Amino acid sequence: MMGTGRRLFDKTSSLVPLISIVLGLLVGAAVMAAGGYDPIAAYRSLLDKVFGSKFDIGETLRQITPLIFTGLSVAFAFRTGLFNIGAEGQFIMGMTGATVVGVTVDLPAFIHAPLAIAAGAMAGGLWGALTGYLKARRGVNEVISSIMLNWIALYLSNFIIRQFLLEPGQQRSRMIHESASVSLAGLSKGMDYARMHIGMLFALAGVALFYVLLWRTKQGYELRAVGHNPEAARYAGMKVSRTIIKAMFISGLFAGLAGTFESLGVFHYEVIAASSPGYGFDGIAVSLLGGNTPLGILLAAALFGALTYGSAGMSFGADVPTEIARIVIGAVIFFVASHGIVRWLLKPDWFRKLNRPEAEREKGAAVHEHP
Amino acid sequence: MSDASVPAAVELIGITKRFPGLTANDGIGFQLNRGEIHALLGENGAGKSTLMNILFGLYQPDEGEIRIHGQSTVINGPSRAIELGIGMVHQHFKLVQTFTVADNIVLGSEPAAAGGLRLKKKEAEARVRELSAKYGLEVDPQLRVERISVGMQQRVEILKTLYRGADILILDEPTAVLTVGEIEELMLILRRLTAEGKSIILITHKLKEIMKASDRVTVIRRGKAVGTVRTEQTSEGELAAMMVGRPVTIHERGRRRAPGGIVLEMNGLSMQGERGRPVLHGVSFSVREGEIVGIAGVDGNGQHELVEAVTGLAAVSSGTVRIGGHDMTNRPPGELLRAGIAHIPEDRHKHGLILDFTLGENMVLGGHSSSMYSQYGFLRRKSIEREAQLLVERFDVRTPGIQYTARTLSGGNQQKAIIARELSRGPKLIVAVQPTRGLDIGAIAFVHERLLAAREEGKAILLVSYELDELFSLSDRVLVMCGGAVMGELDARQRDDEMLGLMMCGRIDKRSEEVLGHDGNRPQTVR
Repeated sequence: MMGTGRRLFDKTSSLVPLISIVLGLLVGAAVMAAGGYDPIAAYRSLLDKVFGSKFDIGETLRQITPLIFTGLSVAFAFRTGLFNIGAEGQFIMGMTGATVVGVTVDLPAFIHAPLAIAAGAMAGGLWGALTGYLKARRGVNEVISSIMLNWIALYLSNFIIRQFLLEPGQQRSRMIHESASVSLAGLSKGMDYARMHIGMLFALAGVALFYVLLWRTKQGYELRAVGHNPEAARYAGMKVSRTIIKAMFISGLFAGLAGTFESLGVFHYEVIAASSPGYGFDGIAVSLLGGNTPLGILLAAALFGALTYGSAGMSFGADVPTEIARIVIGAVIFFVASHGIVRWLLKPDWFRKLNRPEAEREKGAAVHEHP
Repeated sequence: MSDASVPAAVELIGITKRFPGLTANDGIGFQLNRGEIHALLGENGAGKSTLMNILFGLYQPDEGEIRIHGQSTVINGPSRAIELGIGMVHQHFKLVQTFTVADNIVLGSEPAAAGGLRLKKKEAEARVRELSAKYGLEVDPQLRVERISVGMQQRVEILKTLYRGADILILDEPTAVLTVGEIEELMLILRRLTAEGKSIILITHKLKEIMKASDRVTVIRRGKAVGTVRTEQTSEGELAAMMVGRPVTIHERGRRRAPGGIVLEMNGLSMQGERGRPVLHGVSFSVREGEIVGIAGVDGNGQHELVEAVTGLAAVSSGTVRIGGHDMTNRPPGELLRAGIAHIPEDRHKHGLILDFTLGENMVLGGHSSSMYSQYGFLRRKSIEREAQLLVERFDVRTPGIQYTARTLSGGNQQKAIIARELSRGPKLIVAVQPTRGLDIGAIAFVHERLLAAREEGKAILLVSYELDELFSLSDRVLVMCGGAVMGELDARQRDDEMLGLMMCGRIDKRSEEVLGHDGNRPQTVR
């Protein structure tokens, strides 16, 4: 219950991500140089793209928002001892839930928008709880069930859109009613029409909620207890199965909100998609990068979102193909994920052992297949 | 045994090892003569393990010198230690369960042919047989480790070190996992090994074994070597005092107070195990206020299941459990906790604590729902911290602070923390399973005092232990279990080891006062 500062952002784990990021950027630079591109120009245009104009700053924030939610989603499950690969599916269900209410219901804005948000959150939450139920009561490994549920979610929402919400002649749903929109028109205008929406505030509130829920409430105490040691939790009279379902529900809720705001705040419709958008999978990387701490996730999502959005600039400004831009992102995640390498490099005698830079580079390149 | 002309097998001079915030070893000197059994005695956290890990190359000392057979040496890793002929048998065995005994022994230095592609299995087995015969370490090389007893697994571990040519053996708490018979056997083996010229360091905190097995004893207290004495010239009392740093009074049990009303009552409890195998059948007894009822028996004869039935962790198939007159059969653990059960579980890491939680958080585990610790769904952190701090002080849990994780505490302090928490709940019934397992003498005395004090306060206590001395010195009555049934009851004041032994292996079933046949089979329980 003590050491709040440490819990918000673990000091021991803050140096490692920092160095990992630098290493990732260096490896990315090496890859670009090897491919005949100018890494300095590329990184400059990346920064340009992120901070270059009001519009770009706004759009970067837009990019970061769903990553905060999915990062919180994965981290919340992780804190309860669960590996939620299903944030992707919960994201899609959240988006669909919100879209359905946004399109089909017609109400005054002050009811409609909250209702649509709640519907999206619930849809994601229940989708997550399904995984939790299968784990708790039927012993199905949550990794497997949630991967499967990702596909089911994708095709289920495609079906719902095509069957009930289809805009004639288009591969997408009808537009949601204006009353369900959570876009911030005034702010958007101020940001040169970047797609600003209220979800960004919700994401920040989510970060705070994540902390309060886990470390200040009785529920959070039980959730963490089950996460660390389910047996001891059972001995202490906690209902482990119910706690697992609860944890997956809350985890799904976060992911569902990510999808909700993509629909209600950004696109105002939902497309029939051939593959899932990937925010849920990116959430795994974000939670990892952020060390499953609330502030860490916020920073990680910011980095991740900025890199993703800025990588477009690399293609424009320095002709770097998007594939290479993804390698750079992959390299950063790779180094963060492999704490061992960074800790080893931090040792004073590292230069004696570092005699095979090609191997390092290959390892970096090997993860460019980023989901 | 020591000869001035022969250099000592091991000589540690002024070994100092510092960890952040702690000097684990402070200028320790230690000498192991050839062919002797030298016990290393100390409380948990005194620095025994650190010292031995230094000798085995797992840690590097900050200061000091290591001499092996008179040669000053740097041991920079276990492989160097093995080269020097040092072998270590850890408390928790490191065997591959699915491999055979022979495979495990040769693992890492297998006799191989065809450039390492083919394992010479026959040769390996022959070598193992040879070693096994030489030192009287009876094992069957072809059996898989998962099929053999704990005692045999330990012999495999010892053989493993001998196979690698060890002549200096370090045994870390070797008797912790053994039965009485196996301990006797181990003692013989150790004697045999020293007769063959091996030198042995025995890490333990069991005084009886030291008196029986060792030639000399070095006592370590708070990172310092307090002294080395010849075993024949010392006594348990003196060793205990050296270890703890003050005279220890072996506990006199309090005057027996008349038990009050029935708190726990079990009637005809039966439980099905895996594949419908009965693991408890027809268990009936009761525990009264102000009474300690001990459960004796060889491990695995239904004690574990009995505890699970009482605490709600496993469901019984028939029979009833009543607590304070209320039927609590098959109620969930949380409800039983609230009904006034305190549980000191056997495995404190797995069941008693959440090691990555702070000590403060652990102190309210199970009680976190009470209005004292949570309100409107939020934790009352001030109140939790205050209570935790109070308990830490009252139960003398040594910790730098309640904000540190339970993992950082020594075993004895972890156990103290659990006991503090469980007793502070204000229970009617205390279920204590092996409450002093792995604790040093000071902590054991503490736990015993607390349990006896709880009895004086009128608590009902169900005590399961495999330490017969503990059982008989604390309990008012002792029930003996075998094969999931209660064989009978003994008055704790009149300990009869022969009768006890016969009941523990099911030869005497006092329920029918019938002496069973001597075919060695478990008796068919009379229904």
